[in-house]
Amino acid sequence: MASWPILSITTFLPLAGVAFILMLRGEGEAAKRNARWAALWTTLVTFAVSLVLVQRFDPSSPEFQFVEKARWLSGTSNYHMGVDGISLPFVILTTALMPFCIAASWRAIDTRVKEYMIAFLVLETLMIGTFSALDLVLFYLFFEGGLIPMFLIIGVWGGPRRVYASFKFFLYTLLGSVLMLLAIMAMYWNGGTTEIPALMRHGFPHTLQTWAWLAFFASFAVKMPMWPVHTWLPDAHVEAPTAGSVILAAILLKMGGYGFLRFSLPMFPLASADFAPLVFALSVIAIIYTSLVALMQEDVKKLIAYSSVAHMGFVTMGIFAVTAQGVGGGIFQMVSHGIVSGALFLCVGVVYDRMHTREIAAYGGLVERMPLYACAFLVFTLANVGLPGTSGFVGEFLTLLGTFKVNIPVATLATLGVILSAAYALWLYRKVIFGRLEKPSLQHIRDLGIREMAILVPLVALTILFGVYPKPILDMSSASVNALVANYERAIAVKRADLSLPAVRTQQ
Amino acid sequence: MYQAIVFLPLIGAIIAGAISLWGAARRYPGGETRHGAEDHASHPVDESHTHGAPSVNASSVIHHAHDEHQEHGPAAEGSRAAEVVTTGLLFVAMVLSWFAFYSVGIAHHPERVSLFTWILSGDLKVDWALRIDTLTAVMLVVVTTVSALVHLYSIGYMHEDPYRPRFFAYLSLFTFAMLALVTSDNLAQLFFGWEGVGLASYLLIGFWYHKPEANAAAIKAFVVNRVGDFGFALGIFAVFMMLNSIDFDIIFAGAPGLTGKTIDFFGLKADALTLICVFLFMGAMGKSAQFLLHTWLPDAMEGPTPVSALIHAATMVTAGVFMVARLSPLFELSPGALTFVTFIGGTTAFFAATVGLVQNDIKRIVAYSTCSQLGYMFVAMGTGAYSVGMFHLFTHAFFKALLFLGSGSVIMAMHHEQDIRAMGGLRKKIPLTYTAMVIGTLALTGFPLTAGYFSKDAIIEAAFSAHNPMALYAFIMTVVAAGLTSFYSWRLIFKTFHGEPHDRKHYDHAHESPLVILIPLGVLAAGSILAGLPFKDLFAGHGVEEFFHESLKFGENNHILEEMHHVPWTIAWLPTLMMALGFLVAWQFYIRNPGLPIELARQHAVLYRFLLNKWYFDEIYDVIFVRPAKWLGRALWKGGDGWLIDGFGPDGVSSRVLDVTRNVVRLQTGYLYHYAFAMLIGAAAFITWFMFAGGVR
Repeated sequence: MASWPILSITTFLPLAGVAFILMLRGEGEAAKRNARWAALWTTLVTFAVSLVLVQRFDPSSPEFQFVEKARWLSGTSNYHMGVDGISLPFVILTTALMPFCIAASWRAIDTRVKEYMIAFLVLETLMIGTFSALDLVLFYLFFEGGLIPMFLIIGVWGGPRRVYASFKFFLYTLLGSVLMLLAIMAMYWNGGTTEIPALMRHGFPHTLQTWAWLAFFASFAVKMPMWPVHTWLPDAHVEAPTAGSVILAAILLKMGGYGFLRFSLPMFPLASADFAPLVFALSVIAIIYTSLVALMQEDVKKLIAYSSVAHMGFVTMGIFAVTAQGVGGGIFQMVSHGIVSGALFLCVGVVYDRMHTREIAAYGGLVERMPLYACAFLVFTLANVGLPGTSGFVGEFLTLLGTFKVNIPVATLATLGVILSAAYALWLYRKVIFGRLEKPSLQHIRDLGIREMAILVPLVALTILFGVYPKPILDMSSASVNALVANYERAIAVKRADLSLPAVRTQQ
Repeated sequence: MYQAIVFLPLIGAIIAGAISLWGAARRYPGGETRHGAEDHASHPVDESHTHGAPSVNASSVIHHAHDEHQEHGPAAEGSRAAEVVTTGLLFVAMVLSWFAFYSVGIAHHPERVSLFTWILSGDLKVDWALRIDTLTAVMLVVVTTVSALVHLYSIGYMHEDPYRPRFFAYLSLFTFAMLALVTSDNLAQLFFGWEGVGLASYLLIGFWYHKPEANAAAIKAFVVNRVGDFGFALGIFAVFMMLNSIDFDIIFAGAPGLTGKTIDFFGLKADALTLICVFLFMGAMGKSAQFLLHTWLPDAMEGPTPVSALIHAATMVTAGVFMVARLSPLFELSPGALTFVTFIGGTTAFFAATVGLVQNDIKRIVAYSTCSQLGYMFVAMGTGAYSVGMFHLFTHAFFKALLFLGSGSVIMAMHHEQDIRAMGGLRKKIPLTYTAMVIGTLALTGFPLTAGYFSKDAIIEAAFSAHNPMALYAFIMTVVAAGLTSFYSWRLIFKTFHGEPHDRKHYDHAHESPLVILIPLGVLAAGSILAGLPFKDLFAGHGVEEFFHESLKFGENNHILEEMHHVPWTIAWLPTLMMALGFLVAWQFYIRNPGLPIELARQHAVLYRFLLNKWYFDEIYDVIFVRPAKWLGRALWKGGDGWLIDGFGPDGVSSRVLDVTRNVVRLQTGYLYHYAFAMLIGAAAFITWFMFAGGVR
């Protein structure tokens, strides 16, 4: 592999930016500006470095790559990093979106700018770490640690009800983490190691699988979020500053899906098979229920938040169908949703910065003054609806296609979400963008500025590019996905053979 | 060449779109309001703003109730360039399409152009590819010809509109999506074009975004189509499940192997092929506005008239017919699905014609007529006479586009009045438009030797020749509908062009349209007459097999094309008789004794209201779908999320926690750091535990 620890560099580079910002003195405009630029450059360089990962990654191999290992914690658990086709897309998604987040906060954040930028950079390190940790303890630290900066971002720079939102966020996640911690201990006792690759090959006993699966599920389902533990998300989104919403929707939610792919499926295949009906049921409920709820929202951010829950329903459904299309589509859907929902929140941020309200009713007729904005918003709305030619379609289509093979009723009911998503997304677009510009407050609203164009145009391009040519992402993950599906099927087949053997014996 | 046909309109759309955005960006300055600059009164930009932009208040004052154009402002910069580029590229594509028609249909050189891989996941492989066979070639000709003429027409029709670059960008975008649809080589690409035309239709119906009705109609069109697409998508999934591919060549080859197989659908052991075909047909019902999913089409008339001609008459709405023809190797294997297609087609043909009888909006009459004619095409498909259905699609594109564009010319002459009750006597004022409309009406009603005569009569003959009860039902429905069609078409002509003018002011100012509008009318009028006889043998005669080759599949037992030539002469003349009857009744009602229809409506008030309200479909759907969905959404939000989940979950707990915390730390001093700190302590404890536990082991 690489002669220099490129994965660790990617992971910890943002901390170098933190160190630099910490050295800045003073609270004046100059210090704020320096902090912003320092954060922006840090994220850009991190992104550039992460592209080296893409370039050197061998997509034909399902193995972990760029593996780094160092002794840590007296050998019980090591500093062990590496990425495969399942985690690399998320690493890139993280590094790619961070510069947008910093740029989106450029003017919106004017208090405690240094601290804000530090929080974001620390968060970036923790998120990349979560996706590239190959040791359970390391994973746990990154995974849970990521919550701290997010708490701060919502709690310090959030809206008026930030107290309530962060409490809700905290309570939900707390429950999940405690259970996951217990499961990690149990896995260590049984497997004798905390190395993820070793545990993936370990083969846990069925009972332990069941309990560990449930414990992990508690944590990941909250993160996802799945129905009925989703109610923290709309509140968190509404109160978070724009960039916080972007990170929340685009990356933090993906940790749940990543967890299912990294732990639940490969380590507990039998339990996954047992509980698949549960996940299917919750996914379908999420898709239909939250889409219906989204129809009635009065707050732009809440509507998008509910639509996120519905879209994540497709992901969980696809993952637990455990077909190449289901899992591959789930990964694609997560990446696509990261881009699209992130972009939608950025769009909301654009008008929020101007009008300081998120009420749908406060807008209307924006196309008359903001044609460029209307155009960008349209692209993301259509991607949210899953129109073919946008990235939103590929993920939805693949997950449904993969699930239909396994469970027809589930896929059929989930496809109903396609109708509902069109209804709520186009309704939102109509209320905000179309119609006559009648509200006096909107008469002088201005279209996108240069900075906002620089943020939204690349995202528009990516949305369309991945819709027409999704190959880069699908190829990156395909070998790992196929290996995952094959291992799962093997485990299930072995179990079946075990079960049928005694039956055969008694017959003879 | 084929790439050029498909992608030239896209290039046009992108250029026009760029012009539109560039102009818009110049008109409305960008930038962010800084803090303190929100005090608008002193803002220097404001002056130019109110002048440069079409002032909202001013335009709402001069806005008429029937005014289609609501926006009168200075034209966007580059309007002319956008028009010329898109229209020019479309004409190039049209010429190339006719070459393609010759090369594929006559000289038999079908082709498949592979572009690049779209989706590759597991055993699913989907390519971007252009499949050019006779079926596609027919559609290419129809789409590019009508589209080019509509582009040309729009230069005249939209000349007052300030947003022409955007309009032409949408038109060309639509054409591209439609071409992608007809050239698709697999179900996913078909779906891409399918939803792409849906998007363009949404944008064009809602082109005048100031009008609430236009916005509502646009969303309705998209959402109702999505209901159909729900079925379409399930059909694709089922095909993939059974055949592990969605490529046309592979599924057509594998389809015969599916006979007798079943799919367990919600406990129902459904015949696999029938289920697949019915699902796919649901998509066709949505796009082609068939019975039950037709409600969006009349509302779609809120869009500009050229759009109605191109999208909602000649091309997009026929996509469903094309789909069934394209998938004829599947449908041919499923008698059940074909029966269903026949039923829906026959019912729509009749239903839409009855509603068309009493409508008063000139465009809505033509829209219901379209709906009804699409029903005819599906009857042909359902009876297995695929080429005959395609024949009607081909001829219908000319005369229905002509009728819409003619209506547009009338609407322009009448200063955007669309109600035929306010018209009358216009034939003296706009004789050329009148001539064109009469030609279109003759073709639509099937006057001997016009294009519609050959194709429509062929459908009715096919319905008669197919030996099953459903075909008989469809036969009766289509014959009755033929009479109704004739009646409402002539009613439109008589009320618009004959009799006394009802609105003197508009009548006096009525004027014939300019040449850019009359040329497309002339070309289409010629097509309405000439598209029949020369093509009859290719579509409905003995040349079918040679012309269509492999692109349409007729099963071994499918002899419908042969049998329909042997129908008794009484049957063959029946549609013509019905046409004459319809004409006579209309003449009696609207020329000879104009008081009669009013009297009749009064006597049968219930029936009249039933028809006028389109069989109350909108009201019924509102009660059984829209309202429950909204109610449920609110109930789940407030009751499910708010009361149940939050109330018993986090809120209950957090209110306790909050109480405690409030007493412990002040809110301002960073209780969040507190939690962060707790987290860190937890993590530290965790690591310590591991170190010791690890040491012990």
